[in-house]
Amino acid sequence: MSRQDVLVTADWAEKNLGTDGIVFVEVDEDTTAYDGGHLPGAVKMNWTTDLQDPLLRDIVSKPQFEALLSRKGIANDDTVVLYGGNNNWFAAYAYWEFKLYGHADVKLLDGGRKKWELDGRPLTTDVTERTPTSYTAQEPDLSIRAFRDEVVEAIDTKNLVDVRSPDEFSGKILAPAHLPQEQSQRPGHVPSAINIPWSKAANEDGTFRSDEELRELYAQEGYDEGRPTIAYCRIGERSSHTWVVLHELLGYRDVKNYDGSWTEYGSLIGVPIELGAGGR
Amino acid sequence: MCGAPDQDVQLPPGTDLSKETVLTGKVVADGEPVGGAYVRLLDGTGEFTAEVVSSASGGFRFFAAPGTWTLRALSRAGNGQAVLHAEGPGLHSAEVAVA
Repeated sequence: MSRQDVLVTADWAEKNLGTDGIVFVEVDEDTTAYDGGHLPGAVKMNWTTDLQDPLLRDIVSKPQFEALLSRKGIANDDTVVLYGGNNNWFAAYAYWEFKLYGHADVKLLDGGRKKWELDGRPLTTDVTERTPTSYTAQEPDLSIRAFRDEVVEAIDTKNLVDVRSPDEFSGKILAPAHLPQEQSQRPGHVPSAINIPWSKAANEDGTFRSDEELRELYAQEGYDEGRPTIAYCRIGERSSHTWVVLHELLGYRDVKNYDGSWTEYGSLIGVPIELGAGGR
Repeated sequence: MCGAPDQDVQLPPGTDLSKETVLTGKVVADGEPVGGAYVRLLDGTGEFTAEVVSSASGGFRFFAAPGTWTLRALSRAGNGQAVLHAEGPGLHSAEVAVA
C-alpha cells in the first residue's frame, strides 16, 4: 500500500465527481450534515444504523453488509471514496469495515468534509439516486480486527496504541471533551498501552500528516515497528483513523483495530486497568 | 456516541454545573456570528482535545475540566483563537474572533 492507493485529494475528488465507476460515500455518526449539503452524487451512510448491527453490539454481518452496499447502489468493481465530518473518524471506520469485507478499491478523501468546506468546494442537497446492485462481500478478514481476549493477551507483548486524548488515557475523563461525561465504565487504559492521540496523525485541516512525519511521530512515542499492534480508543472510530495510518499509509504488518475499545474493555469484570499518564 | 453533537441545542438535561466544567462561546467575524466554523479545543500544552462545528449562530460548547484552554477556530472567513481559563466547575464563556 502507498498513500496514492489509500487517499484521494480534494482536487482529485472534485475532478472525479460524477465519474462512472466512482462512488462517493459520506459516513458519519450523525448524518444531518449530509442532509444540509453533500458532495454532488454522494450517497449517505449512517455509522450507527448502517454499519452497526441493529440488535447486537457488533459490526454488520456479511449478509447485512451485502444488503447495505446493494441498496446504496455500490458494485464490487466500483471505486469507493469515503469521507465524513469529525476528522474522517467514521469514514475511517467504514474504510476498515470495507477492507474487512474485502472491497477491492476503497479510498479516503484526505481532509474529509472539513477540508472540502474550508476550501469552499461544491455541496448540494440534490437527492442521489443510484440503481441497486447485487453486491457480494468476502468472508471477514479477522487479521485486521482484534477482540477483547487478544487485548488482554497483548499486555506487555504487543504494541497497544491508545489513541484517545491524554485525559481519557490517564482516567481523568471518560469521553472526549465535546461530550457529557456520563459513562458507567471504569476509567483508565490497558496496562502497557502507549498513548498516541489520533490527532497527532492529522493536520489542523483534517488531512493526514506526511509519511515521514508519521514515522517519526510513532518512533518518538515508543512504537516498536517489529511488533504486532492493536489500536483502540473509546468506540473504535478514532482507532480506525490510526489503523489507516499504521496499516495502510505506513504499511506496518499485523495491525488490528479493537472496535470494542474502551466502552467494552472498561466494562469487563476483572481485567487489568492502569491509571495515570503511563510512560513505561 | 463519539461524534460532535449539534451545537445549537441547550445543555443536555441533567448537566450538573456544580460538577461539570462547560466551556461555551461564539465564533465571530467583524462582530457577526460565524456558523459552520471548526472549533478545536487545545489543552494547556497545545494538545488537541476535541472539535465541534459552530451552530448557525456561531455557538459552540465543550465538556472539559478546570484549567487553561485554547479555543482555535477555522472557517471560510478566516482563522483565530482565544484563551479561556476555567478555575473550577461551572459555565465558562469566550468569544473567538476570526479574520
